[in-house]
Amino acid sequence: MKNKAQKKPAEKIAESIFTVCAIVAIFAVCSITVYMIAKGTPALRNVGVSPLLFGTSWKPTAQDPQYGIFYIILTSIVGTAASVLLGVPVALLTAVFLTEVAGKKLVGIVYPAVELLAAIPSVIYGLLGLMLLNPLMYKLEKMVFADSATHQFTGGSNLISAVIVLEIMILPTVVNVSASAIRAVPEELRAASFALGAGKIQTIFKVTIPAAKSGIMTGVVLGIGRALGEAMAINMVAGGSVNLPLPFNSVRFLTTQLVSEMGYAEGLHRQVLFTVGLVLYVFIMSVNLILQKIRKGAVMDE
Amino acid sequence: MKKNWMIKTAAVGMLAVLMAGSLTGCGSTEANAAKLSGKISLAGSTSMEKLCEAMSESFMEANPEITVTVEYTGSSAGVESLVQGSVDVGNASRGLKDGEKESGAVENIVAIDGIAVITDKNNTVKDVTTEQLVSIYTGEVSNWSELGGNDEAIVVIGREAGSGTRGAFEELLEIEDICAYAQELDSTGAVLAKVASTPGAIGYISLDAADDSIQSIALNGVAATEENIVAGQYQLSRPFVMATMGEIAEQSELVQAWFDYIHSEDGQAVITGVGLILPE
Repeated sequence: MKNKAQKKPAEKIAESIFTVCAIVAIFAVCSITVYMIAKGTPALRNVGVSPLLFGTSWKPTAQDPQYGIFYIILTSIVGTAASVLLGVPVALLTAVFLTEVAGKKLVGIVYPAVELLAAIPSVIYGLLGLMLLNPLMYKLEKMVFADSATHQFTGGSNLISAVIVLEIMILPTVVNVSASAIRAVPEELRAASFALGAGKIQTIFKVTIPAAKSGIMTGVVLGIGRALGEAMAINMVAGGSVNLPLPFNSVRFLTTQLVSEMGYAEGLHRQVLFTVGLVLYVFIMSVNLILQKIRKGAVMDE
Repeated sequence: MKKNWMIKTAAVGMLAVLMAGSLTGCGSTEANAAKLSGKISLAGSTSMEKLCEAMSESFMEANPEITVTVEYTGSSAGVESLVQGSVDVGNASRGLKDGEKESGAVENIVAIDGIAVITDKNNTVKDVTTEQLVSIYTGEVSNWSELGGNDEAIVVIGREAGSGTRGAFEELLEIEDICAYAQELDSTGAVLAKVASTPGAIGYISLDAADDSIQSIALNGVAATEENIVAGQYQLSRPFVMATMGEIAEQSELVQAWFDYIHSEDGQAVITGVGLILPE
């Protein structure tokens, strides 16, 4: 009896602590959402939805300012898509290698290496891109556009550099999530496949990977989220001019737009930057909603 | 119970010591005849970092009781903080805009900064005319050979929209918003690094930020030097403003002391010491 009486207040306190913690998280999400919408929508009204979102001219400090962020949105979409398209096959095959092919010793080397890749701060990726990738790209650019009279040389800071940096940055996320998904595939499936006479590679591609599909998709979507939200590294290698996202153009992403102009912007220019933030926020939220859908789907499959 | 009593005695004892200490503190301040003490806060232009760091350090040495804090948030953000009342002084590396003046900010020019046009060290072009510079930045000229240099593409590097340096550069050359930048970078350091490492690159930075990694080229035969800027011969120069809400005379004693110091011999030495030019 005494024991019960003592336990009750303690449990109540614990319960309320948990509740408070949960409320902090929920409150943070809600207040960020409300703030972004409150700060991001005035510019949509003041500039107009179509000239802002689909305008192609970004001249925020001009006498007659223009706030078209279409190229910036497009760059974020194209850059993210390209880095995911390039990164996912590499990541998936790495995951297959780690889980199905490599011996224990090799896994012991490769796996920590992949983990390490995830731990490197993004500014380091940017620095390496700046020092190694950009000069290389400039050489390539000079070769490709040797006879072009109209091309504006960017010194190697272009979309390709940004995509390569992003691709490497999303690798660990996709590898880790995919590897655990593949590991979770029941051994019986593989055994059944072998029993039917399938080879190892056949089994991997026809049985294991399809069985781990939803887990791999989760990894891909997380990778998209990472690529979409990255700012520091690509700010250092992408050049930062607002252009159509062509491979050798200097480009600006939604994230780098905020990073580079927030410090000096005022008035409507500042409002528009909040709208850029809102657009980014909506993108990230959509990616997360898709992620939740996939996870729900996976649970229902089981 | 006994322990409690001991803690209480100790606390009272410590309080007494503290009070005695603060009393003697008060006494000594009075003895030093109206020495000012407190905090002055500045915020604004990143271009003014060198100046503000040197000035606040030297000022605090002369007035140890006063703490000066400077944040480098950008010209517009600095003036905005001033107008909102969160800082005493708003730094801007440009003249104040009409909107800012309407909201009560007063332009106090403390120094003049030159903008240097820089190229990588291997560039053979050492001198351009204003027209040539304009044609480079508007994209009409895209190879150094057209300006008598090597056959090397020109990589046009500038700052992001809203930057004080970019605003000043474009305004002084009257090429506002018609520039065709190959790269828009968001700090002076980034421009320096990019120009230094990219063959054929051209960029612009504050005169005092120029270092040995790049070369600064002459404009219309006039080198970007202090003497030439003071003499009014070098075209690319801009004011460094420490804006206040209302005239300096209306400011708190602390802020007045700050401006007095800037206008004192020591303060003027600081300004010239960081490579800036004294306003007339």
